[in-house]
Parts: sequence; structure tokens; C-alpha cells
Amino acid sequence: MGAERVAVVGVGQTKYTAVRGDVSLPGLLREATFRALEDAQMTLADIDAIVIGKAPDFFEGIMVPEYSFVEALGAVGKPIFRVHTAGSVSGSTAIVASGLIESGVHERVLTIGWEMQSCSEAMWALSFNMPFQQQLVAGAGGYFAPYIRQYIARSNAPDDTGVLVALKDRQNALKNPYAHLHEHDISYESVKESLMLWDPIRYSETCPSSDGAIALILTNEAGGDAASAEGRPPAWVHGTSFRSEPAMAAGRDQVSPQAGKDCAADVYRQAGITNPREQIDVVEMYVPFSWYEPMWLENLGFAEEGTGWQLTHDGVTAMDGDLPINCSGGVLSTNPIGASGMIRFGEAALQVRGMAGEHQIDGARTALGHAYGGAAQFYAMWVVGADKP
Amino acid sequence: MTDTTSSEPAPIEIPEGVWSQPEVDMSAIEEIASVESVRSVRAFASLTYDYTPGLATTRFLRAIKEKRLVGERCSETGKVYVPPRGVSPVSGMPTTEQVDLGLDGTVVSFCVVNLDFTGNAQEIPYVSALILVDGSDIPIYGLVREIPYNEVQPGLRLKSVWVEDSEMTTSFENIKWWAPNGEPDVPASELADYV
Repeated sequence: MGAERVAVVGVGQTKYTAVRGDVSLPGLLREATFRALEDAQMTLADIDAIVIGKAPDFFEGIMVPEYSFVEALGAVGKPIFRVHTAGSVSGSTAIVASGLIESGVHERVLTIGWEMQSCSEAMWALSFNMPFQQQLVAGAGGYFAPYIRQYIARSNAPDDTGVLVALKDRQNALKNPYAHLHEHDISYESVKESLMLWDPIRYSETCPSSDGAIALILTNEAGGDAASAEGRPPAWVHGTSFRSEPAMAAGRDQVSPQAGKDCAADVYRQAGITNPREQIDVVEMYVPFSWYEPMWLENLGFAEEGTGWQLTHDGVTAMDGDLPINCSGGVLSTNPIGASGMIRFGEAALQVRGMAGEHQIDGARTALGHAYGGAAQFYAMWVVGADKP
Repeated sequence: MTDTTSSEPAPIEIPEGVWSQPEVDMSAIEEIASVESVRSVRAFASLTYDYTPGLATTRFLRAIKEKRLVGERCSETGKVYVPPRGVSPVSGMPTTEQVDLGLDGTVVSFCVVNLDFTGNAQEIPYVSALILVDGSDIPIYGLVREIPYNEVQPGLRLKSVWVEDSEMTTSFENIKWWAPNGEPDVPASELADYV
């Protein structure tokens, strides 16, 4: 890391749901922001700058929303910066915010990620016909399913690996009051018998469409120390990294993309992690389709190539395993696209602050937040810890 | 104020109420009580675009109108891109050499879809596949038909099925779908570099 240490002192989330309905979009952002400010014991007057991120504007049908949301975001007269990296966006957004503090430019930065999917139809936005482009005739799952099929062929993973991931994440979500899906009756059978949407991806192995926002307050070392002195433990940022690669490059491995490997190696190097399986206590991983858990386990260096599914089957990634993944319920239980990356980052911070409530992993000291986006070409990751780096 | 004496963080609960929008007392307006609240309005819109495709896509679209598929080669890696963007995403250099591709291809991977995402009453289930067009180095997505969905496998050889000559235009929609061409399957080992 650079000259200035960065601390996460506030996390604010809205209740995630299919149709929020009772608040406007600016109201949704204020709700997340005020909760983060309350957690940080600050007001908007304390904030130096705002960094925002959301998925492409046509997912909501509201173009360049930052212009009209300046007041709602508390950004009047302050620098505001918007980040664009598709589904990984709000992970990248938190990293940009972190960089503004690390570099010494600002002392306290508010960062917000959001999506109100009920405003539009992201699924259709991803598969509308443009005569001059090749046609993806099957929505987002139809893009990724052929690569998942390829992963299964390469690794010989049992057919029900995805079922186990979905069951685990949806059961974890029951412990998280903010999670969108609370499926109390979910079972191995109900997941397995759910409609096969994009073979090999079943309906219950697919993320929902959610409304919601998350806000984080990041401060410099003095801000982190002050929060700590007042009994509000911060999460210290130990490393941040983003990487991207061209979506349409011949010979690109879309099952385990190089950019993901490079991003993980970079963030581990910054955080002094040489054995991620041993040194990382808990992971919030971007898993919109169940099979991405074993795929990312390999891509992120937690398992050898072709063996990630074994960790899932052995219960290693369950809340009582030695590498719990997505204790919050993950993207499989909550997916306001433009917020989903920052939710991973924020949940990682909550874990090392000891503030994750019922889905807290006891004694979590080091956590990884991970996001990916686009055609699996954008990556954003951070490692946060209970101790100063 | 926060309790600063406790070392235990407060448990997380969703705060009561919606702070940004306090409930408004409208009891003085009698008419409102009997009005059904409107949650959302669905408005249909139609937009017409002028599209300027650029040089490489123009070459591709003009060719596809003549029932030809044209890719462009990266001068550094030798890889052939379709549809061409005019630049190699690997070297960053212009792809100046046009390459005539075949009209057949090979399934690299696929999925079986049980929902109609195309909006034009596709037969369910249908197969969406990554298809490596003969002579190119990067697969494109396409529909596979004229074969039972459960018989599609990586390596399956396909021909492109086109609209009538009178309907040909500068559009990908000239290819209706892909269908087996009867040739033997390509071994999986030859496809490893394309997923």
C-alpha cells in the first residue's frame, strides 16, 4: 500500500428486494448513505468526496443519473467521480475511493453502489437484438452457461456441485436480514428440481433481480484510529487491485481468465498473502451462477485447477468450514447489479469488524472481497483485515 | 450517542423506518383516501437509430449481404477475428488483412435453453452454442437447430442456414440458425484453445 492507510469505518445497506417501491432511487441512495454515516458517526458535512458506481445506465433506463442525484448524494460543491466496469463496478468503485485516501488527496470519502432493477429489465437489456451484432439468444445465463459446461468437462465435477453452492448460499441468506431472498423451505431437492433454465444452470442456481444500494465510508489512518478509540472497530484495507482483459480475444480462457489470476496475485502480494487458503478467514465472492464458486476457487488460488468443486463438496466453503464463502448469501441471494461488487467488499469489512451479525464468522481477521463483471473480463478485489497493515 | 464503554460491537438490525422519506400526513385531503395508489407505470417506447458501423464492420456487413463471412487477421498473432472490429484486442494494431471464412463451423460449447429469450416463439428447449466458424479463431454465439437438443455435443460440425436470397440484408439476421452438416465430429483436443 501507499503512504496513507485506509480504514472502512461505515457500512450502510438497504433491505434488498425485487421491487422496493416505497422509495425513489435518490431516496434509496440516501437510505444506504445515512446508515453508513450513522455507523461511522458522521454527517454528510464530514465527507470530502463521493465516488459512485452502478451498472450500465440502460439497465435502469435512467441516463447519467449522477447529474440529477447530486443533492441526494450529498455531493453539492464536492468532487464526485463515477466508475464504469459492468457488474464488477462497485468493487472497482470502492477501490477508487480507497485510492483517493491512500494517495492523501482526501481524508473521508463516501462511496456508493446501487441498482434499482425494478426500473427496467436488465435481462432483456442484455439480450436485445441488434442486427449488426452477433446475437446472444439466451440472456446472461446463456452467455456463461457454455463456459460452465466447459468447466465441468475439464474438471469432471459432479453434476450437483452447483446445487450444493446454491443451497449453501440461500441458507446463509436466512442469517442476513438485508438479503433479498429468504427461502425458508429451500432444500437440496427443491434446488435440484427447479427448472433447468440454461442447462447446466437451474433457476435456483441463478441470481435474482434486486433493488438496493450500499454505501461505505472510508477514512485515512487517523479516522480509523479515532473510530477504534471509540469502540467502533474499523476494517483496514490491506490491498486493492483491479484488472481487465479484452472480452473478444482469440485464445482467451473464459473458464479461468488470466485477468482474475493476475488480480488475485496482485492483491495477495500487497496484503502479504502467500497461502490464501491458510491466511484468508472468510471470502465474499461474486457468484451470480452457482458453478462460479468452484470456478473462482481455482481462479483465486484457493484450489488447484480442476479441484475447486471438491472444496464445495467437502463443506470447506460452508459457514462452519475452514474457508467460509458468501456468509451473507452472496449474489445468488441478492443482486442489485451495480451494488453487488461493493456488497462483497462491505460484507468482507463487516466480517473483520465483527459486525456481521448472525452470519459473522467468529474470529475473522482477514477477508477477501471479490467482484467480476462484463464477459468475465473485469475484476476487482480487496483484502481487509482487523489489524493495521 | 454510541456506547463507548463496550468493546462489543452492536448487533446489526435493519433500522426502523425509511429515513429519507418520512411518512406524510395527508389526512386533510379527503379525496386521497379513496384513490388507488399507483406503484408503477409501464410505458412502451420505440426508438429509431442511425448506426455507423466503422470500416471493419462495414466490410463484414456488406459481405454478409452477399452470403459471405469475412474475418480479419491480427498481424502479430495471426489470429482471425469474426466479427471483425478493425483492431486486434491482443496487439492493439489494426487488422488490415481480410480473410474469407467458410460458411460451416464447429460447436465449441453450448447450453440448452428452456426459456424463450428471443421474443419470437422459439421452440423450447433450444440450443445456444459457441460456434467456431471455419477459418476463424474465436467462436460466435448462434442457434443450433434441426437436431434433437440432447444430441448436441462439442465438436459437432454445422452449416449455416440462411434466409432467402430476396431477404438478404446487411445483418447478422441473414443467418437463421446453424444445423448439422453431416461431417464427423471434431475431436475435443482440437477445440481446447477456443473456450
